[in-house]
Amino acid sequence: MEETNIDDPNYFLRVVDCQWACPAHTPVPEYIRKIAHGKYSEAFMINWVSNVFPGILGRTCDRPCEPACRRGRVEDPDTVGGDTAPVAICRLKRVAADYKDDVSAQMPRAPALIGKRIACVGAGPASLSVARDLAVLGYEITLIDHNPKMGGLIRTQIPRFRLPERVIDEEVGYITGIGNVHFDNRSVGSLKGLLDEGWDAVFVGSGAPRGRDLDIPGRDEGAANIHVGIDWLSSVSFEHIKNIGKRVIVLGGGNTAMDCCRTARRLGGEDVKVIVRSGFEEMKASPWEKEDAIAEDIPIINWHVPKEFVTEGGRLVGMNFEIVRAEYDDNGRRKLVPTGEPDAFIECDDVLVAVGQENAFPWIERDIGIEFDPRWDMPKVDELTMQSSLPKVFFGGDAAFGPKNIIWAVAHGHAAAISIDRFLKGEDVRERPAPMVNIVSQKMGIHEWSYDNDVALDSRVAVPHLPKARALSDIGAEVELGFDPELAWKEAQRCLNCDVQTVFSASLCIECDACTDICPMDCITFTRNGGEDDLRSRLSAPALNTEQPLYVAGGLDTGRVMVKDEDLCLHCGLCAERCPTGAWDMRKYLIETAQAGPPCRNN
Amino acid sequence: MTYITKPKLHHPSLKRNAVGFTRRDYEGQVSTLCAGCGHDSISAAIVQACYEAAIKPHRLAKLSGIGCSSKTPTYFLGASHGFNTVHGRMPSVLTGAHLANRELIYMGVSGDGDSASIGLGQFAHVMRRGVNMVYIVMNNGVYGLTKGQFSATADKGSVAKKGAINNDAGIDLALMAILMGASFVARSFSGDKEQLVPLIKAAMSHPGAAVLDVISPCVAFNNHKGSTRSYDYVRHHNEALNRLDVITGSAPITARYEPGSMVEVEMPDGTAVRLRKNAPDYDPSDKAAALARIQEQDSAGEIATGLLYLAPGGGTLHENLNTVEAPLNRLGEADLCPGSAALESINKSLR
Repeated sequence: MEETNIDDPNYFLRVVDCQWACPAHTPVPEYIRKIAHGKYSEAFMINWVSNVFPGILGRTCDRPCEPACRRGRVEDPDTVGGDTAPVAICRLKRVAADYKDDVSAQMPRAPALIGKRIACVGAGPASLSVARDLAVLGYEITLIDHNPKMGGLIRTQIPRFRLPERVIDEEVGYITGIGNVHFDNRSVGSLKGLLDEGWDAVFVGSGAPRGRDLDIPGRDEGAANIHVGIDWLSSVSFEHIKNIGKRVIVLGGGNTAMDCCRTARRLGGEDVKVIVRSGFEEMKASPWEKEDAIAEDIPIINWHVPKEFVTEGGRLVGMNFEIVRAEYDDNGRRKLVPTGEPDAFIECDDVLVAVGQENAFPWIERDIGIEFDPRWDMPKVDELTMQSSLPKVFFGGDAAFGPKNIIWAVAHGHAAAISIDRFLKGEDVRERPAPMVNIVSQKMGIHEWSYDNDVALDSRVAVPHLPKARALSDIGAEVELGFDPELAWKEAQRCLNCDVQTVFSASLCIECDACTDICPMDCITFTRNGGEDDLRSRLSAPALNTEQPLYVAGGLDTGRVMVKDEDLCLHCGLCAERCPTGAWDMRKYLIETAQAGPPCRNN
Repeated sequence: MTYITKPKLHHPSLKRNAVGFTRRDYEGQVSTLCAGCGHDSISAAIVQACYEAAIKPHRLAKLSGIGCSSKTPTYFLGASHGFNTVHGRMPSVLTGAHLANRELIYMGVSGDGDSASIGLGQFAHVMRRGVNMVYIVMNNGVYGLTKGQFSATADKGSVAKKGAINNDAGIDLALMAILMGASFVARSFSGDKEQLVPLIKAAMSHPGAAVLDVISPCVAFNNHKGSTRSYDYVRHHNEALNRLDVITGSAPITARYEPGSMVEVEMPDGTAVRLRKNAPDYDPSDKAAALARIQEQDSAGEIATGLLYLAPGGGTLHENLNTVEAPLNRLGEADLCPGSAALESINKSLR
């Protein structure tokens, strides 16, 4: 294999699994260390810079970082005395938000206006991220939304018992507090009309606002008691709806379905069921959201396909379902086939339909230069720049590539802000800046490091919850109580500090084998070079995870190469501690994804 | 040394051997030796060999004397028996233990000071008696604990870290062991586990005095230019006469060798040792030839490594003394006090 180029910032970024998996590339280990040290404000600001909404995401993020977390790969049930699990990254983020001091003084303030006006359609997380990144550069940003308050789906769709409104107000407030950010409460009925208003650029962050309906027999007859999930949640959020029938069926297996069923339990639903076409494992909802629903006495019934709404005298009385099982064809594609059992009739008073969301752009004229992809009737958007085929119009969040989640919307916002800034400065938007890397050796003395390299063997700490009876009796009572500082410290100890990298200098190595002998994970091998597949098979321990790179360094006296499998490294630093010559060093690579501003411009 | 203990987390592919242990189960405490010490690599080789040979840790006793090398038994086989003896006196304690209980595997760990200076007499006599043991010398040619004076195995003419030249002749412990009657003599290098691990396994299955002279660079005091025990020097002057494969039980034989380049030696416990010859004319069972070859290589400035000598047969201590097979701690009163009739018969035989 070729020698690894560790000067490429993306090499070590890949090794920090959590940061790599985060769409916004939040430097996770850095803020977890701050939390362990009780420096909550600093931890909050690290998050705020990267992901804009630490308190909101610390409660609601889809956490792509956690399945990626190395901790989940290296734990062994015998050693940790419990189930193997990643670090509770998301809930630690919330700790930073909960226990920080007043950070308003640390927030940036807008400079003098530079005379460029940008309109953002929708006031959700994507638009708010664009606003934050560009307001600090002197742009004047106007967020246009038909809802009376800013926040988008964060405010309309996420129930208060998962996300208190004060957290939304606070974090939206940090953005409007910068200055030069205006809110315009109106509907946008025509993009052409909007463009005619003379904006220098337009960002479309209008989400995926249309809940998919279910067109089966009985839909019209039962309409009074059949509700589209996201619209219903929004009405609950703005307190237009305050109750529901005792027996409720929720259709769908995603996170919206979970929010619907738990909200229904709090509005008078006593017998609430989630009914899903697929099996339990294939459901789109996050595992923890399913657990929370089940914990509130909500059964999840799988393999039931809705067949019809049953009404009596114009009133909904129940639903019929066809019972199915999964069959897979030669290509592994799933087909649901009826089992032949009689249809199931399930009684209910109300049905909430949460079977998916769609984008809808009836307000974008098809003849103003924005190309649409005919397959999905979605605008063509560049995945790197977020630019549409009309140069001054950019997209982001669910509006760009269909429903994803908040953290993706933030990442889109950052990318679009860089593009808008470069576009308005007359620079090529496809030229993207590299991340900033700050490298600090962690060596303080012989065997002393400025990070805690001792690996904790504890299993994951559970987040305390409000007692069920209280939680169900108050729709505004937050169910998760969050970690207190002591639990947060304990959980933070589980982080492996994957951003503290093992850096090898072949010129110093005397090939004494000390690192190979001490490595608890058998990551390091000195051997003759070969092709990647060949090398992966003949290391001290097989390197099976091809998602993680091999670190190859040559230039040794014996002509061999040092090969380190990054996959399971604990970053414990023992290789560097046992190295007599300092050929191994532990260096912290703080990698910060570039954001809009002068460093991202050519001039 | 290291302030943290080695994390218990391990690679998911770590396998258990025939007696149910992983390699990590054969480790000891974290080493307190200097970083980069060759001794730590030998400890790792012992761990690997015991794991591969599926030794039950409680059936092995490790004994050592005094010195850097003699500290190492703390760093491997944490679940085995251990005895840190007086300086240079490990062989007599080991002999006693072996007489009392021949069922254990005895691993003597010593250094060049412990074996070639203060303990030279003990070293010689334990070989003569054919004590069934593995005697590992971690040989770095220097007194590391007292800051780098030449030891008795340092080569004449080699240079100390501060520039002094050694005027005394060095003792070759492998040569000496052959002369004194050891039946399995090998030399290896801490930086070459591919050679060392099979040698340790073979030595453990050899019934008799097995000696391993392992060159082990002292990073702190003997790893400089002019030293003949540095990593660089040993790598460049290492002349392996042969390589071993130890085949235990019914492990499949996969490697193919050129005809005539391989000899298979059956050990009494059923283990087969295959010798891949690097030097085609070298026969490790020919004592006189072995002695000559080691000295020729030495004169040429090369270090002969590999299995240097393997005696075709020969009595062990217990056979020679005709001692009871059962460990002494398992003998009952009837065995130990056979009664006046037995005494009478012994007395009669002496009249």
